[in-house]
Amino acid sequence: MLGYAMRRLLSLILSLLVASVVIFLALEVVPGDPAAYMLGLNAQEDTLAALRAELGLEGSKTSRYLSWVTGMLSGDFGTSYTYRTPVAGMIADRLWVSLPLAIYALALSILIGFPAGIWAASRRGTVVDAGVMGITQLGIAVPNFWFAILMVFVFAINLRWFSAGGFAGWDAGVLPALKSLTLPAVALALPQASILARIMRSSLLDTLTEDYVRTARAKGLSRAQAIRRHALGNALIPILTIIGLQFSFLLAGAIIIEKVFFLPGLGLLIFQSISARDLIVVESVVMLLVFAVIAVNFAVDLAYAWVDPRLRGRR
Amino acid sequence: MKLLRIGIFAALIGVSGAIAQARDSIVVGLQLEPPHLDPTSAAAGAIDQVLYANVFEGLTRFGPDGSVNPGLAESWTISESGTEYTFKLRTGVTFHDGTEFDAKDVKFTLDRARDETSQNAQKGLFEGIEAVEVSGPLEVKVTLQAPEGNFLFNMAWGDAVIVAPESIGDIKQKPIGTGAFRFKDWVQGDRIELERNPEYWGEPARLESAVFRFISDPTAAFAAVMAEDVNAFPAYPAPENLPQFEADPRFQVLVGSTEGETILAINNKMEPFDDIRVRRAVAHAIDRKAVIDGAMFGLGTPIGTHFAPHHPDYTDLTALSQYDPALAIQLLAEAGFEGGFTTTLKLPPPSYARRGGEIIAAQLRAVGIETEITNLEWAQWLEEVFRGKNFGLTIVSHTEPFDIGIYARPDYYFQYDSVKFQAVMTELNTEQDPAKRSEWLAAAQRVISDDYVNGYLFQLAAITVADARLRGLWQDAPTQATDLTGVYWEP
Amino acid sequence: MKGNLVIGLALTALFATAALLSFVWVPYDVAAIDVAAKMQSPSTAHLLGTDHLGRDILSMLMTGARTSIAVALVAVGIGMGLGVPLGLAAAARRGGWLDELIMRANDLVFAFPSLLIAIMITAVFGAGAVNAILAIGIFNIPVFARLARGAALPLWQREFILAARVAGKGPARISAEHILPNITNLLIVQGTIQFSLGILAEAGLSYVGLGAQPPLPSWGRMLADSQTMTAIAPHMAIFPGMAILLMVLGLNLLGDGLRDALDPRLRRRVT
Repeated sequence: MLGYAMRRLLSLILSLLVASVVIFLALEVVPGDPAAYMLGLNAQEDTLAALRAELGLEGSKTSRYLSWVTGMLSGDFGTSYTYRTPVAGMIADRLWVSLPLAIYALALSILIGFPAGIWAASRRGTVVDAGVMGITQLGIAVPNFWFAILMVFVFAINLRWFSAGGFAGWDAGVLPALKSLTLPAVALALPQASILARIMRSSLLDTLTEDYVRTARAKGLSRAQAIRRHALGNALIPILTIIGLQFSFLLAGAIIIEKVFFLPGLGLLIFQSISARDLIVVESVVMLLVFAVIAVNFAVDLAYAWVDPRLRGRR
Repeated sequence: MKLLRIGIFAALIGVSGAIAQARDSIVVGLQLEPPHLDPTSAAAGAIDQVLYANVFEGLTRFGPDGSVNPGLAESWTISESGTEYTFKLRTGVTFHDGTEFDAKDVKFTLDRARDETSQNAQKGLFEGIEAVEVSGPLEVKVTLQAPEGNFLFNMAWGDAVIVAPESIGDIKQKPIGTGAFRFKDWVQGDRIELERNPEYWGEPARLESAVFRFISDPTAAFAAVMAEDVNAFPAYPAPENLPQFEADPRFQVLVGSTEGETILAINNKMEPFDDIRVRRAVAHAIDRKAVIDGAMFGLGTPIGTHFAPHHPDYTDLTALSQYDPALAIQLLAEAGFEGGFTTTLKLPPPSYARRGGEIIAAQLRAVGIETEITNLEWAQWLEEVFRGKNFGLTIVSHTEPFDIGIYARPDYYFQYDSVKFQAVMTELNTEQDPAKRSEWLAAAQRVISDDYVNGYLFQLAAITVADARLRGLWQDAPTQATDLTGVYWEP
Repeated sequence: MKGNLVIGLALTALFATAALLSFVWVPYDVAAIDVAAKMQSPSTAHLLGTDHLGRDILSMLMTGARTSIAVALVAVGIGMGLGVPLGLAAAARRGGWLDELIMRANDLVFAFPSLLIAIMITAVFGAGAVNAILAIGIFNIPVFARLARGAALPLWQREFILAARVAGKGPARISAEHILPNITNLLIVQGTIQFSLGILAEAGLSYVGLGAQPPLPSWGRMLADSQTMTAIAPHMAIFPGMAILLMVLGLNLLGDGLRDALDPRLRRRVT
């Protein structure tokens, strides 16, 4: 087990290293000069040079890469070119929006997706099943930014139950903050809930064909009872894996939704940073997200290996 | 359990309906967020949109009509030679951190902007200054290298506001000025908060506090105004929504003028645009009315030269480039392009450029000029078009006030190099007599129009959508600013 | 569940036909701008109305279908073309360093947030249909590599493969001649799903302005253009939105239907 863990750890470090090089090189070739962006049309050459020097854009590629990576190791993500504040602090601020939004959306999709999937599975072949499956098909197919705009028109402009966007801030209290995240969370949750419901249903149906469940059915349990007592627990394992994937997707994938609702989250930060060529912010945020996913995968792999020793040799 | 569920429901839905507005605060929506808060070291108009006149003040300041009024300088005298300005500063002015404002701050500000390591985006404004002298505690003497007709005007720009050496270190995060509002908080990516400065030297602001919220997406901007999340939205990005706001008694719509000459810029050095007949053909191929109707939903004044129509010295030269596709085709044929040609049309993000670009592409196609459209972000546009000069055509609005002087710079991105025009500008810059200046200005407008340097489209309109009960908002936008010092709620 | 297949096929065929038809005929020229005729509601002259520049929305949707389908299809092609050989190679060398390398590289690509990478690619190379294809295609590679490897692994234990090895065939030949035909069904089903995801991704990219550039119409950009006019000209937002929704729905139903029809194990379960 320990040997396996070490091997995986080594490959994790290698992956992160490769990722950092790829990210750095990719952004090196991005056309556009942050100093020119800052100073605009009437900037003079000497002014531009002064600003570039101050931003540390003049060094060689290798030295800038090294200072970026070593800085990150010690928790220093550098200083934003445009905002001129430490990147680490900016990311932390944005996480206070993006993380709760992802959790909120995930919670909604579980709250909707699980019961819907279980319901459909226990009424398989009936109108209920067909109805739930039909709705989930729609839920997957709807472009969520379009759905988001329609919701804004209905709930913010016509009914005026919610504000059209923006984030109230946690200082304003938990309820107002959650309220301002509600429409975006619903927009994000819709496709995810549909996917969860479908997977829940098929995973339940799979376990229903297993021998021990058949035995239970033979003893006279109804399908719904069999699902509740036996199948549900087993069906959860593949679903948890999916939920893990969805979470990292929600964290990074909310860019368009954050744009629609002008939420100051990570996605919007990246969008703005790319257009302002604030590349150090882009680099650091992307690296952070990559690190999060790789680390979660690592933990999941270890957990699996712990549970199932056969896997240790395989991966 | 049931109670809990109701609780959750209430939390999810929230209290419906708008909370009654406090009468002494305002939420202003803006499209762009400032990158930082030092107006003297970035071009970003967003910085001035929030801070100009509210937090920072200059020696002189722009009035709502674009006139230059006394600011921190109460009065001034100009020497016979036109090269010495003596400013008498106001008494009893303090910065928001409590430090006194005096002549030393003015010298510090002007010297900092002229310095070798200056990061001032409009360093050109200060180039004519030869020396700045503190001639008394509240008196400053500025000596110019040569007479400069625009000096007082230049000192009113946001890039020339007065800053203090005591607070310059943190200015990018914590701006300290002398204005009627002081900076309170900045939640990056979301909003900036200002509060009334009780120690203000002049007439105090009527609003207790102001919040600027940043909403870049035009749809989100529409939704935010409609849902009354913001009380005012200057430089409102979607003219197509105005009829709805006008029809709704909750809102008022202010349409005024800006300093933004929107042009189809032509690369004058690139073939075939180095031939004046081709540039003239482009100008005659454009139907300004269709562009204004389609891109701006009818808002915008057609222009025939690079000058603001609301300026007293403006000359209407639109007749020189009237919509005449037949003439355009004939001109192209004369220049040897019977079958037309293909060029690039590079478009920055604003909707006037993106929508206008699609319309102009169709109009040019009608006379045989095919365009390959590329949509660019600002950073790419600056690099490729503005600095790299790698373009055939582009659409952009030149929002700096009184900027016809750019045509005297042969290395400017549209690469117009005319000895005649440069001579006119030299005369203008040293002329002090108002009547003569007017003549030279008219001549300058005429020269670039005769040379068909660029396709002159329209003057960008200033659009502000606001709560119907708000008073004192600027209708015109002579500079990028949201001056809240005179804004109040109708009692 | 035959219904899925039929509805899916019908919807897919509808859009494919519209796209093909647009090569030879559309009701109006999509490049022609007529500002005077802007934002007209649906009528007999313009079945789906006109947009903010007076262009016919039906014609734009038909031509836009072409863009959407082309981008998504090529992106799936890239994913399959590169991903399947990689996956098969990994399975053939299961447990070896090549397998490890391919799978770790896969994990790495998966770890990158896809939309962000798409935005970065377009920031580097500029916005356009080709770069949208690249951005979407890259993320299809690991999907197909994983799928191919996962499906091929158990096959390598089967007797007919052993027989082929005894006959002296190398791993590459076995993969191509014996493994690939046996996983084709799976690939087709996954291909359909990735296709539909590609349509959504292209719409998303175009919506934020990073997809196909004008004057080439694209569904996502039509949505983006119409957003601020939703209240005054709802048809401008509703039709492109519905087009995306129906196209994706059709492909998903088709994928489900195909899976049911092609996978005997599942078919048994349905009865």
